[in-house]
Amino acid sequence: MTADRILGIETSCDETAAAVVRQGTDVMSSVVSSQIEIHQRYGGVVPEVASRAHVESIMPVIAQSIVEAGIEDHEVDAIAATHGPGLVGALLVGVSAAKAMSLVWDVPFIAMNHLESHLYAAFLEEPDLEMPLVVLLVSGGHTMLIVMEDHLRYRVLGSTLDDAAGEAFDKVARFMDLGYPGGPVVDRLAIDGDPAAIRFPRAMANDGWDFSFSGLKTAVVNHVRKHPDADVNDVAASFQEAVADVLVGKARRAAQEVGARGLCLAGGVAANSRLREKTLDVCVEDGYRAFLPSRAMCTDNAAMVAAAAWWRLQADGPSPLDIGANPSLRLPVS
Amino acid sequence: MLILGIESATSRVGCAIGGHEGTIASAHSSRGRRHAESLAPQIEFVAEQAGVQLADIGAIAIDIGPGLFTGLRVGVTTALALATTLRIPMIGVTSLDLLAFPVGHTHRMITAAVDARRGEVFHATYRPVPGGVQRITEPAVGEPEDLRSAIVAEAADVLIVGDGALAHRHLFEDVSGVEIADEVLAFPSASALVSLAHARAMREEFVRPDEIEPLYLRRPDAVAKWDTASS
Ligand SMILES: [Zn+2]
Repeated sequence: MTADRILGIETSCDETAAAVVRQGTDVMSSVVSSQIEIHQRYGGVVPEVASRAHVESIMPVIAQSIVEAGIEDHEVDAIAATHGPGLVGALLVGVSAAKAMSLVWDVPFIAMNHLESHLYAAFLEEPDLEMPLVVLLVSGGHTMLIVMEDHLRYRVLGSTLDDAAGEAFDKVARFMDLGYPGGPVVDRLAIDGDPAAIRFPRAMANDGWDFSFSGLKTAVVNHVRKHPDADVNDVAASFQEAVADVLVGKARRAAQEVGARGLCLAGGVAANSRLREKTLDVCVEDGYRAFLPSRAMCTDNAAMVAAAAWWRLQADGPSPLDIGANPSLRLPVS
Repeated sequence: MLILGIESATSRVGCAIGGHEGTIASAHSSRGRRHAESLAPQIEFVAEQAGVQLADIGAIAIDIGPGLFTGLRVGVTTALALATTLRIPMIGVTSLDLLAFPVGHTHRMITAAVDARRGEVFHATYRPVPGGVQRITEPAVGEPEDLRSAIVAEAADVLIVGDGALAHRHLFEDVSGVEIADEVLAFPSASALVSLAHARAMREEFVRPDEIEPLYLRRPDAVAKWDTASS
């Protein structure tokens, strides 16, 4: 089954988002209402607060996405919503709205996997990406090294054994009192710092495909405790360098091993400037494509949901209406 | 006018379609918190049973709580999406009103109590009036022991209804003048919602979707903690 214009809905964490995408690639609109300011004072996303905020903004955000797409309601051919992984109370808001609208408009409903959606963000800006592709999916909740062999066919090479990469940024930023979210703050401070000032550990850099960031976080904490007058910019730059080294090092080895045509970043941490720079460097050196989605497509959005749904609908057809949310949904692997 | 009523504020979830001649079709299930899985198929089923298209519905009635947060949000979001997409008005009714309404034929005072978990109940008190009930206290959350003390202090005959009364039965059953309503009346029903909403629809007491707000009555834990710490 195919659907020309798909309305995508994303509410897995702290962004309420809706978008209309044609044929899986043409973004007609993409609206994201961020809750960052609401959660800032708590130093992290509070699930109940997030769920309440989603209820308030879901219908206005959807309405805006349709208006900005310049279409009428009846021109929506299918509705896709993230049903996992994520915060269960937050996911249910998007899923409930999508199912109700699919009943009224009598169009297919497609329950989407958030991780799969992130992989499709790249195709929105580069529809002709050649596969196999090595994708580094890095966010506040996930750190995964994935081989995308073809559309809808993935292999997970490795993932984090403890903290996600984005979590490490948040924890380090919180310890150093830099604010929330940690990623953008560290990135900004690192610009004026020396990435070689402190040699932080690169855990598991050369063994296997999995990652570990909790030791690095502890090393940063210990360093700052021991050297209270350490230059904040140097600490930020050295920490960020260690994260980027491990991530890009493994992605590079993976790309060699599978004979990848390109290396692709996805997820919120993919907005980190040092990670982007390093990825670009190794791709140029090794002679394959680097694909760095725009920052707006790295962080949670609904255009990627609608893009992935276009492929999912063709392969599996619509989802049943008795589907709920699955907070621990895994990437479907081939 | 045809009204589609949705209620999912307790461990149950249900919906009904009805008009001036009462409920035409209804469905409910008590699959224990699986509100999101049940609701959309129920709506589809009820519309089919009633032989109506969703486009024929004139208003969406919704139980706005208080109740279990997750179930409540599934119902409210579904109702908002239906009303917005169908471009029709809404009617919001509290879960406590829905409990009191079907027992309005009594001569006693009525206390509606919804189980709020964590050893608390959501409650409000009503007096029977011709054709229905009148709420005389604002919906509140508190310990059932305090609710019991308030009832004892009033020294009036009281019918207490809801799963909150059943969960704390031992506190109320020995109070003189107090009767606990039957278990079949312990959950808000979608049919009662449709009848109540229809009466309001006749008086044109509609609201827009953006005026519907879930009645949580409790702040999220993190917010409460933060406010305490910063005051
Ligand atoms: Zn994400």
